[in-house]
Amino acid sequence: MSTQAPFTIEQFYKYLAEGKLMAGKCLKCGKIHLPPRPLCDNCYGQDFEWTEVSGKGKLLTYTIIHVAPPQFQTLAPYAVGIVQLENGLKIPGMISGVQQEQLKVGLELTIDFAACSAGQAWPQWQRYCFRQT
Amino acid sequence: MNGKPLVSIVSAGLSKFGKHEGLFAREIFSLAVKEAFDRCPKLDPKRDIKALFIGHMGESYEHQGHMGAAAADWAGLLGIPATRTEAACASSGAALRSGVYAVLSGLADVVMVGGVEKMTHRTTAEVTEYLAMASDYPFEQFHGITFPGLFALMATAHMNAYGTTQEQMAKVAVKNHHHASLNPKAHMQKEITVENVLASKMVAWPLKIYDCSLITDGASCIILTKPEIAGKFTDMPVHIVGSGQASDTIGLYERKTLTSLQSAKLAAKTAYEMAAVKPEDVNLAEVHDCFTFAEIMAYEDLGFCKVGEGGKLVVEGKTALGGRLPVNTSGGLKAKGHPVGATGVAQAYEMYLQLTGQADKRQVKDAQVGLTHNVGGSGATATVHVYRSDQA
Ligand SMILES: [Zn+2]
Repeated sequence: MSTQAPFTIEQFYKYLAEGKLMAGKCLKCGKIHLPPRPLCDNCYGQDFEWTEVSGKGKLLTYTIIHVAPPQFQTLAPYAVGIVQLENGLKIPGMISGVQQEQLKVGLELTIDFAACSAGQAWPQWQRYCFRQT
Repeated sequence: MNGKPLVSIVSAGLSKFGKHEGLFAREIFSLAVKEAFDRCPKLDPKRDIKALFIGHMGESYEHQGHMGAAAADWAGLLGIPATRTEAACASSGAALRSGVYAVLSGLADVVMVGGVEKMTHRTTAEVTEYLAMASDYPFEQFHGITFPGLFALMATAHMNAYGTTQEQMAKVAVKNHHHASLNPKAHMQKEITVENVLASKMVAWPLKIYDCSLITDGASCIILTKPEIAGKFTDMPVHIVGSGQASDTIGLYERKTLTSLQSAKLAAKTAYEMAAVKPEDVNLAEVHDCFTFAEIMAYEDLGFCKVGEGGKLVVEGKTALGGRLPVNTSGGLKAKGHPVGATGVAQAYEMYLQLTGQADKRQVKDAQVGLTHNVGGSGATATVHVYRSDQA
């Protein structure tokens, strides 16, 4: 266990930079955490294994941001949504390459690991986005 | 607990809500404090007040943290324990809850609770960034999701599930602007129309600028006592008979549902049970309309209507002054303004005025039972309080 990558948000983003969407699975109760966390909120276990998650899912809800924080103003307007992945877990992210009129709840999307860069001020983690499947 | 007073409000103060150019937050707070002291001549602040809790959301606005001690100093109360509470836009709802804890613990029999925020000296982009700090950093802020964006995500889900419309949301804004036109302390005094709202600039689809609460400076303050000693200070106390607070995931994306706030439902359940009150017993409410859609969702979470029928409730006029259950008679966050740290206690201030018959042009007749609902972030915190007039 000691050589295993830590079950942290930072490690989650490091895997994304390698093109992998990884979750932490609790070895005690089986709960899958996306993002991973070092303490299971269900059983308080601290032993996990990494499990790769499908990056395909359906759009649960969306919005188009017109008034953006300073770091994102060059991108506005941009679409963001919450995607329910095939394993049932949910993650938010920007939606790229979809016309506003085509956005609808239930749209099939796939994660894209290419960075949706938004300037330099924020930590330079890989910023995934979603594209139409 | 079966509807007995937990604590009593013996006085209340509110600064004008709007732009306070050239004033620091602590200076605005002193304006609210002065009104509370003037309303209650039997209170000797330096002798009687044993603790202060103040809601204040952000250090970023003035580059100033540690508001507890600063507020105590500017209120002329140095020496007493003074603590800042922070729960995003529910910071002073949490201060109120902390005041209830303090009085019920027996450690303090008279407590000041308040809230303050100074926001208008910052640009909209800066305020957008500071408010977003109350949302999840690695999965929301990091992906460019703003605060209006989070409520827009809930609104889209609600529209999709129940057919809620942008016109229904606009009705909330029209109603609350009308109420604010009757409140001299409100930031906005002008009436608007559904057409104004629908034609206004897009912020985060489907929410437009007139769906959003205002960037406002302001402060609020109330004095709580043990119910047994309220009569020493006033002939017209208002009793808090129910107090609930609850938490949920900081990230909206992790929630079980996107069309209601579990934190608000939990806090309401706690407060209703303590107060021995049902939703249909409530005569008026101040709810957290940070966005018009949030008021529609609040109706449903508080049990004022069936799930999915919040939009209908506002269109039927039931929540307007003169309706069965007037909501946000002060003008709400939407038109009275939303100095975030001040909002929760500002709602309690309106309840104090209404339940003591001092709400002037916006007075709700024969009101005896009131409710306030204060939400932090996208719903990771909620506080709900139930109030009764002394005559009830
Ligand atoms: Zn577990």
